[in-house]
Amino acid sequence: MAFFPYLCLMRLNPRLFLLSLLFSWSVPQMAHSQEIIVYDSIGQLEARIRQAGDTTLVINFWATWCGPCVEELPIFEELHRRYSPFGLKVILISLDFKSQKAKRLIPFLQTHPLSPEIGQLVDPDADSWIPRVDSLWDGAIPATWVIQKDKRGFHPTYFKDFQELEMFIQPFIRICPRPARR
Amino acid sequence: MKRFCPLSVILLMGLTLVLVSSRHSQHYIVGEKAEDFSLKDTEGKMVTMADYKDAKGFIIVFTCNHCPYAQLYEKRIADLHRKFAPLGMPVIAINPNDPDIVPDDSYTAMQKRAKDKKYPYAYLFDEKQLVYPKFGATRTPHVFVLDKDRIVRYIGAIDDNPETPEAVKKRYVDDAATAVLRGQKPAPDFTRAVGCTIKKK
Repeated sequence: MAFFPYLCLMRLNPRLFLLSLLFSWSVPQMAHSQEIIVYDSIGQLEARIRQAGDTTLVINFWATWCGPCVEELPIFEELHRRYSPFGLKVILISLDFKSQKAKRLIPFLQTHPLSPEIGQLVDPDADSWIPRVDSLWDGAIPATWVIQKDKRGFHPTYFKDFQELEMFIQPFIRICPRPARR
Repeated sequence: MKRFCPLSVILLMGLTLVLVSSRHSQHYIVGEKAEDFSLKDTEGKMVTMADYKDAKGFIIVFTCNHCPYAQLYEKRIADLHRKFAPLGMPVIAINPNDPDIVPDDSYTAMQKRAKDKKYPYAYLFDEKQLVYPKFGATRTPHVFVLDKDRIVRYIGAIDDNPETPEAVKKRYVDDAATAVLRGQKPAPDFTRAVGCTIKKK
């Protein structure tokens, strides 16, 4: 399934395809200049989501203290690497405590450079914001949210592997527009 | 066309099974009676709810050693016990994690932590991991307030601010336990919280 978008794009424009390969290659090199966007409330994160417009967003909730989350990060790195040239955006939202940004989050990102956009949600009133992500979510992490305009999907646990993540986001990607029939 | 197709029958049976099993919730919800359990405490003694003869209820907390959220709440869990145990509603803490996955949550590590931190409440080990699924606990800490008939009256978080106890506005468990002792229904009776997932193989 992974080759699917590449094939699509080749059909659209071979030059763009080469460019995107080049771009996807260059992305991991920029990893060390990592910015962390702090969201004080879920409302601010929702504003960021609205900003994305038509772009498919894959938002993973994680934390440096969460073992299964950290183990799962490489598949989001891979998703970013393979799909961001086609307009998919991965955002890693850390739920590390506010006071832990300098102590844990920044040092973690220095030793584990990540290419996707990094955010930190520090809204303490979890009972209010968790249901705004998904009504069935109980707050255990990792958890992953996929958004494409008004379409939303939610995965309340970790992914077994990259393929499972790919299957999950598949209904939300529009990177392969069908050529118009003549 | 009398051909019998065993495959489709099997598929249909499988589908029915999946549908039937997903209909029925496998764990307690508010209003349901919790079964008693028998789990080992940090002194090697088996503990059941029935051991607490005059209990007017229980504050069951699924928690563990390693999780930063559990650690942040450690003192508040002890405070709940100090406040409510004399009123007949003790805290019973249960570690649901598989120590093969998190060595810090092993039985010996539990013994050490209970001793070092002077836990005033029983800290039990769900070694076979059979108790937490009945409660439907998914993370640590995850609290269940039970009344004297062991009916689940509240499920959820301890309060609304894990990191800054001074900034807490809603003391969910404190309020729920107080309501239960008065014979009232807690409101809210269900809250969500961020926490560490329970580790199982």
